[in-house]
Amino acid sequence: MTPGVLLSLPIILCLGAAAAGQLIPSRAWPRRWLALLTMVLVTVVGALLLVTVRRDGVQAVQMGGWAAPFGITLVADLLSALMVLITGVMGLTVVAYSAATLPASREAGAYYPLVMVLVGGVCGAFLTGDLFNLFVWIEVMLGASFVLLALEARQEQLEASIKYMSLSLIGSVVLLCAVGLLYGVAGTLNLADLSVTLPGSTTPQLLTTVSIFFLVAFALKAGAFPLYFWLPASYHTPPAAVTTLFSALLTKVGVYALARVFTLVFTQDPQLTSTLLLVMGGLTMVTGVLGAVAQYDMRRLLSFHIISQIGYLIAALGLLTRGALTALIAFLVHYIFAKSALFLVSGATARVTRTYDLHQMGNLYRTQPLLAALFFIPALSLAGVPPFSGFFAKLAIIQAALRAENWAIAGTAVGVGLLTLFSMMKIWREAFWKAPPENQPEEPSRPLSLGDGVLGPCIAMTAFMIILGVGAEPLLELADAAAGQLLDPEEYVRAVMGGRP
Amino acid sequence: MQLFLALTVGGLFAAGLYCLMLHSIVRLALGLVLLGSATNLLLFTVNGLQRGFAPLVPEGQDALTGPFADPVPQAFILTAIVINFGLLALLLVLVHRTAQETGTDDTRALRTELKDSKQ
Repeated sequence: MTPGVLLSLPIILCLGAAAAGQLIPSRAWPRRWLALLTMVLVTVVGALLLVTVRRDGVQAVQMGGWAAPFGITLVADLLSALMVLITGVMGLTVVAYSAATLPASREAGAYYPLVMVLVGGVCGAFLTGDLFNLFVWIEVMLGASFVLLALEARQEQLEASIKYMSLSLIGSVVLLCAVGLLYGVAGTLNLADLSVTLPGSTTPQLLTTVSIFFLVAFALKAGAFPLYFWLPASYHTPPAAVTTLFSALLTKVGVYALARVFTLVFTQDPQLTSTLLLVMGGLTMVTGVLGAVAQYDMRRLLSFHIISQIGYLIAALGLLTRGALTALIAFLVHYIFAKSALFLVSGATARVTRTYDLHQMGNLYRTQPLLAALFFIPALSLAGVPPFSGFFAKLAIIQAALRAENWAIAGTAVGVGLLTLFSMMKIWREAFWKAPPENQPEEPSRPLSLGDGVLGPCIAMTAFMIILGVGAEPLLELADAAAGQLLDPEEYVRAVMGGRP
Repeated sequence: MQLFLALTVGGLFAAGLYCLMLHSIVRLALGLVLLGSATNLLLFTVNGLQRGFAPLVPEGQDALTGPFADPVPQAFILTAIVINFGLLALLLVLVHRTAQETGTDDTRALRTELKDSKQ
């Protein structure tokens, strides 16, 4: 397939299938199978894209044949291609899990089309080569997420939606201001073009101001300190499948955008932006994990861990060395799988116990041994215990911090790792190990069982984690190559701008 | 003209932020409307105000010369207005639905999570 087809297919497939999904009869099975098929195709296209980029270098295509910087550019380097592949895998996992857990009436509605719009928006954000288009794709993704969050329309979900939506809209306003101001300063929004023209700018102070606008906007989307308040206020309310989708993809787009913008575009004052990112990353790690330690609601606890892990990513970006960026990419991959596995398992435990409250759970180790194993492995992996994927990813970040002689970040990363282990062990002790609470109703009104196919996606995620842990070498190699492309944008610029300088 | 628009943008941002701080979800929605408009006007203002110079290439030449009104920011604004409109429609539905469910539009009443944790 030509690069043009490969680059546009993930977006076309998702949005096309979303439209088709709304048109076909409103029954559960056709919509479910359409969604599954679409996600399989997106995964295949993502894998092909990654292979192509690995073999032939950065791929770019100008939509409608208008040359950059005037047309709309789609571009994939190794990081983008890897993220599209993971997006496909996560989409597939979540659709399979939704099919096993959601009631048929929900499946027959707008649920799957919305999931596909969200995945399409995420793929668009990863593939676009233009800042205004990045804004548009982020809005597409957020629009779908607002509806998914409020779809069941229970009171707590409505409240969560209002908080999440208003804070997200404020973030979008900041992002749009940033985009507009940057156009006013530079006269272009094509990332490759900006990377070429900005170093010669006569007003570097103005650029630094604009870069802070971008930092604030993307940090809000990523859920970084002190702009993360929307996340723990909303992520615990929708069904587990939706929470998994959000935690796997939404905040990652913010991190990806930060990585893209601060390696490719705003390199004029690395001292200031790196310091800001490091401080922000360190505080995000600490506040996230402290928030988690205080929680006794399983999903809210896991939501706070999203924040704390985002801190690792932002701190790695702040170090801005090749080793740190390699660690960032490896950590991103590991963490999407680990966090998703934990959220999927939390949904499964809630099906057995009918609660997310850790006080009310207990004894799951005896009644659901497989589920216990499926929680234990990702929990250890998230905390960074060998031989699972988290160990190598976390080790790489700490090594990069030590090599940059940034003792504060290295120490924080180790300490937060221990606290993560502590709060994971709290879930283990409360939900799986201890005897069930005394005052539980003796006979449940309906037999509590997991149901078919619930564990499949959890097993797949856990398997990824073991594979990425035991065979970490290929992932680290790929991450290293991707980090090389981020630090040396020449290939990216050449692919987008063609022969012209 | 630039000064006047700059002051208007500042005023709109201030009014929008003020609305966000009131304890009412209807005013919250209005505040977000104001912030959206302020942003659009900001985009319009910072990208150069030009009157009477359409971005048309004169006959016999192959590039624009002299001052012209850049159409790209206007395309941005148009896109932003459409996105904003869609999201605000959704937000209004949410506000309406929440008011129906809870019987109030006071944000201080929307704190189920705090009430839950105290139980």
